[in-house]
Amino acid sequence: MEPAGIVIEKLAKIYSRRGSEVHALKGIDLEVRGGEIFGLLGPNGAGKTTTVGVCTTRVKATSGRVTVNGIDVRADAPAVKRSIGVVTQFRTLDRSLTIRENLAMHGMYFGLHPKDAWVRADELLADFRLSERAGAFPDELSGGMAQRVQVARAIAHHPSVLFLDEPTAGLDPQSRLALWETIEGMHARGITVFLTTHYMEEAESLCDRVAIIDHGQILVLDTPEALKRSISAETVIELRLETPNDALVERLRALPGVVSAQASGDAVRVLTASQDGVLPRILAEANGAGLKDMTMTKPTLETVFISLTGRDLRE
Amino acid sequence: MSDGSMTLAPPARRAMYARAFYGLIRRDMRVARREAFQLSMRTIMNPFLFVFVFAYVFPKIGQQFQSGGGISFATIIVPGLIGSAIIFNGISAVALPLVMEFGATREIEDRVMAPLPTAAVAIEKIVFSAAQAVLAGLVVFPFVYLIPSTPVSVHVNNWPLLIGVFLLAGLVSSALGMAIGTVANPRQIGLVFALIVIPVTFLGCVYYPWARLHPVLWLQILVLINPLVYISEGLRTALTPTVPHMHPWAFFGALLALFALLMWMALSGFLRRVID
Repeated sequence: MEPAGIVIEKLAKIYSRRGSEVHALKGIDLEVRGGEIFGLLGPNGAGKTTTVGVCTTRVKATSGRVTVNGIDVRADAPAVKRSIGVVTQFRTLDRSLTIRENLAMHGMYFGLHPKDAWVRADELLADFRLSERAGAFPDELSGGMAQRVQVARAIAHHPSVLFLDEPTAGLDPQSRLALWETIEGMHARGITVFLTTHYMEEAESLCDRVAIIDHGQILVLDTPEALKRSISAETVIELRLETPNDALVERLRALPGVVSAQASGDAVRVLTASQDGVLPRILAEANGAGLKDMTMTKPTLETVFISLTGRDLRE
Repeated sequence: MSDGSMTLAPPARRAMYARAFYGLIRRDMRVARREAFQLSMRTIMNPFLFVFVFAYVFPKIGQQFQSGGGISFATIIVPGLIGSAIIFNGISAVALPLVMEFGATREIEDRVMAPLPTAAVAIEKIVFSAAQAVLAGLVVFPFVYLIPSTPVSVHVNNWPLLIGVFLLAGLVSSALGMAIGTVANPRQIGLVFALIVIPVTFLGCVYYPWARLHPVLWLQILVLINPLVYISEGLRTALTPTVPHMHPWAFFGALLALFALLMWMALSGFLRRVID
């Protein structure tokens, strides 16, 4: 018996579209442990949605193997579907049904007796503060509210694994925070959460472990803390200049206490180890190079991504 | 042996599939109930007006169709109009929602994620819509029977034959609807109705028996690709046996073959659309 959770082995996916081949996933390996919140962080087009698609039986892998709770997704899709809940980045509520009917029908698809399905729907409506809109149709809801219904629906049948594909994309900050709370609630109840996002704050504040994916490959996998430690920098100093200045970047790299320096347009991002005097030395070098602005921050997962790929997550 | 069969015993699995299938049926019933008025108007308007104009008004004002053989035009069109109501509703009930759900809204997703094989989601849609199409045929009957101002002669000698034709007609129609729904996109749906549904209903031997087409031989042969021809002829055999009609082997054989072909197109199209 394989462990609960998700095991992804050498997963590759090639899409053939109009004669050209797109390698969406290039043989990734991942193991999501039962009960954890696992984040797959990467820019748009990195392969996150394809990964979720294969795990949730909606995308056929070109090669490799995925098991969810020990069940092979290809060999037995219905058994996998029974134990998972899915929230995709699209609004997939049934527009012909009210919110309450959406929840109840979902329960019936998963074998609830109709009477129990309606009870469950009302329970979820109350839990998700949706009771007032029970009779509304999906098109009448705001984005945040529709997303809440989708999450409520995804857990209506008590899945043991919940997949959330870019769950907060396009949500207002308040709805985003509310959804984070909900996800933490699921976690507290022992549900395994597999989350994809391109918001590093989301991965950082929610996830027990994070894998960073880019161009269909996993670059690193660890706890957010360990990932941030791995770049061995204490502080990120960003300098904004009048004009790009490669010579300055070279000089900054040579300074003691500087871990790395990278140009990004008219800005220079300098990672520094905790060492006295490094800031004055940087400022002294930048003096005369048209320094407009400077910010100092702690390293984030975004810093990790940039130091791995040389690009911003949003690029 | 797959990992899954170790975790789910066959009886439990069958029960899981059956409950999911039943849930999908309940969902479609709820939606159909909500849209009942719209659906019945869509079903009734065309046959009602057709019968009213051609079988009530025309004889009243002395503008008669030449039907020959002492059989009234009103009798000839009874099976045809029932058949076209079945095929029109079967196609519409599947193709219209499916085109939207695949193309624009992706709302089929939740049903596809129900715990049963994906093909069963498609089969449920076809079965439910076939029932809806059969119902549409039944709803049309009183209109085409009662409105004409000339005598309508309907005799059912063989009930099993009638029931068989009705059921097969419903299934062929909704399978055709799904085959259309999985290839068309929302922007093309008007075009698809113009190029497929309208020719199918006009050239489906609705207004004349197939045998009478003999003088236009090329048309008589060409229309044999049209499923409505066999539905009309089947209903003609069952309802108005005095009108010339095809042999039961011919229309049953053709309907079964078309059903197998359309079912294959519908299921493979559906799977292609929902699984990348």
